[in-house]
Amino acid sequence: MARSTSLLYLDGVSVSFDGFKALNELSLTIAPGEMRAIIGPNGAGKTTMMDVITGKTQPDSGEIYFNGAVDLTGEDEASIAELGIGRKFQKPTVFESHTIWDNLELALKAPRGPFSTLFHVITGAEKKRIEVLLDLIRLGGKRNELAANLSHGQKQWLEIGMLLAQDPKLLLVDEPAAGMTDAETAETAELLKDIAKDHSVVVVEHDMVFVRSLGVKVTVLHEGSVLAEGSLDHVSADERVVEVYLGR
Amino acid sequence: MMSSFLFRAMDARAGIFMAILGAAIVLVPAGNLLVPETSPFHVPTYAVTLMGKYLTYALLALAVDLVWGYCGILSLGHAAFFALGGYAMGMYLMRQIGTRGVYGDPILPDFMVFLNWQELPWYWYGFDMFWFAALMVVLVPGLLAFIFGWFAFRSRVTGVYLSIITQALTYALLLAFFRNDMGFGGNNGLTDFKDLLGFDIQADTTRAGLFAASGLALVVCFLICRALTRSKLGKVLVAVRDAESRTRFLGYRVEHYKLFVWTLSAMMAGIAGALYVPQVGIINPGEFAPANSIEVVIWVAIGGRGTLVGAVIGAVLVNFAKTWFTAALPEIWLFALGGLFVFVTLFLPKGIVGTFSQGWTALRQRKISAAYEAGSDEPPTAPPHSPGAPANVTIPKPSAPVSGAAEPQPAE
Ligand SMILES: Nc1ncnc2c1ncn2[C@@H]1O[C@H](COP(=O)(O)OP(=O)(O)OP(=O)(O)O)[C@@H](O)[C@H]1O
Ligand SMILES: [Mg+2]
Repeated sequence: MARSTSLLYLDGVSVSFDGFKALNELSLTIAPGEMRAIIGPNGAGKTTMMDVITGKTQPDSGEIYFNGAVDLTGEDEASIAELGIGRKFQKPTVFESHTIWDNLELALKAPRGPFSTLFHVITGAEKKRIEVLLDLIRLGGKRNELAANLSHGQKQWLEIGMLLAQDPKLLLVDEPAAGMTDAETAETAELLKDIAKDHSVVVVEHDMVFVRSLGVKVTVLHEGSVLAEGSLDHVSADERVVEVYLGR
Repeated sequence: MMSSFLFRAMDARAGIFMAILGAAIVLVPAGNLLVPETSPFHVPTYAVTLMGKYLTYALLALAVDLVWGYCGILSLGHAAFFALGGYAMGMYLMRQIGTRGVYGDPILPDFMVFLNWQELPWYWYGFDMFWFAALMVVLVPGLLAFIFGWFAFRSRVTGVYLSIITQALTYALLLAFFRNDMGFGGNNGLTDFKDLLGFDIQADTTRAGLFAASGLALVVCFLICRALTRSKLGKVLVAVRDAESRTRFLGYRVEHYKLFVWTLSAMMAGIAGALYVPQVGIINPGEFAPANSIEVVIWVAIGGRGTLVGAVIGAVLVNFAKTWFTAALPEIWLFALGGLFVFVTLFLPKGIVGTFSQGWTALRQRKISAAYEAGSDEPPTAPPHSPGAPANVTIPKPSAPVSGAAEPQPAE
């Protein structure tokens, strides 16, 4: 796909840590409105790819474009977030000494400058939005509890809620089902499919049942580059994929 | 907008605190000026000045708590901003001496005459006017903090590295101010003040006035800090304290937030220093000593980090103890302070105020739960806010009780 019609465009992106190539000429394109699953063995560079997109790590070489035209290399985390790329971390990170409600309020799309927040008074619309999100992530009853008291799975959901509160164009979701029961995993898949109706989503996940239930195009990463791409059945039939990942 | 901003500052705890401070502001000067000396209620002038000094320390501690308790910036250099504010006030007081100095020079302070200086250095211009000096009291520490913070926060210097460079900052200023050719009186500093705004600096009324001014400055700065930390900005600060990089990924420009509170905090420290100097009658480079900044952090830790009220209580209590110890058992003061710090760190990690409010919440929780089981209508509610987190403006419907508050997070 051409860069101009893509939502996210990575071309020849390389990153090395002390000589070790975590990303090796990685090229990947996400279309507007698309949901994509990324799989790959541990250390394949999936998280590093998200780091590079969100400005946490600068690539050594390669191009990264958002919306077809915005060059993301050289931008910092805050400006990339403001452009409309939200991220859920592999290790769920919420603000532990804030309540669930406050976590969502902080994530809510609103002016981010110190003076705007200093004089910010929460509006009725914002409250409603938080209520909707609380319902969606099933934490309505815990709104006044500190995020520190949530279980691992609940923290994952809270983080997804925060991601939605930001209302980004593109969501990067790193291992949303990790540490969840099968039932919770299925619910999370439903939630993500719901979200994908009006957002573009990139999901990294090891859980094959989860990936299958998403029913979307899959990209297999290995040693920092794309090994195979296509439907889950297609990539599962690929010998190299079986060898490095699925066959284990 | 402004009214809702200030409205946020008030709640029961703030109310009690302000009432106590307000009473002190009225009663202490009255006890000194209006009550006859023979009465047991008479407050001697030395005590007024001593307590006035404590209040300026409390303001300094408040400034440190704002950046450390809420934003996780462990400043070990706040005494530098305090001393700079003090020097700005000292320069005004020096120029008020006029011909009453030992050498009787109408323009030059004594130490400049002594050094054979012919004219006033340019940076002493304007300090004969109070308004100018008052402006410098906040501008000089504010500007230094802004420049320092701009570089430090933009380069993402955090944690212990930041603490170390704040120590270096205050140490560099200490060395600079020791030099005679800096033009700030070298190691003797500035002293022998005569009057302030035309009032004799030794007079009981001036002393009482300075006490009241210190109390008032503390009240105003407390209200500002309180409104700030309970606003959405305050929530962002706590978010930065607990998970800085997560906050960035939400789109907040962390360095702007840090720079904002850091500069504001330095200005408050400057005001504290400016009120301190006329009460103690001297400002010298010793105020820049790195140990001074560390002591402030200890006051805050003892009182309770991230509580504002705790900073004030810690500063007053520790300094009261210091006054007593240095008179009764001068050799062991430093050991006592160190011991107290270790004790608080080990047994009261949330400080005095943090521990109390936690205990109080737990107690109330138990009472309500017991009443609920006994058939009361009021369901047990969760304590809405941890002492470390600022209060939410809108408190939605409460839910089930929680087991305990979040553990305090280290400042990275
Ligand atoms: N900041 C860093 N410094 C050094 N090496 C790093 C850094 N970040 C990642 N790596 C290395 O880069 C490689 C890719 O890591 P990455 O976290 O992207 O893998 P992943 O595909 O997300 O794996 P997992 O499935 O285990 O999460 C790993 O070998 C990792 O050790
Ligand atoms: Mg990973």
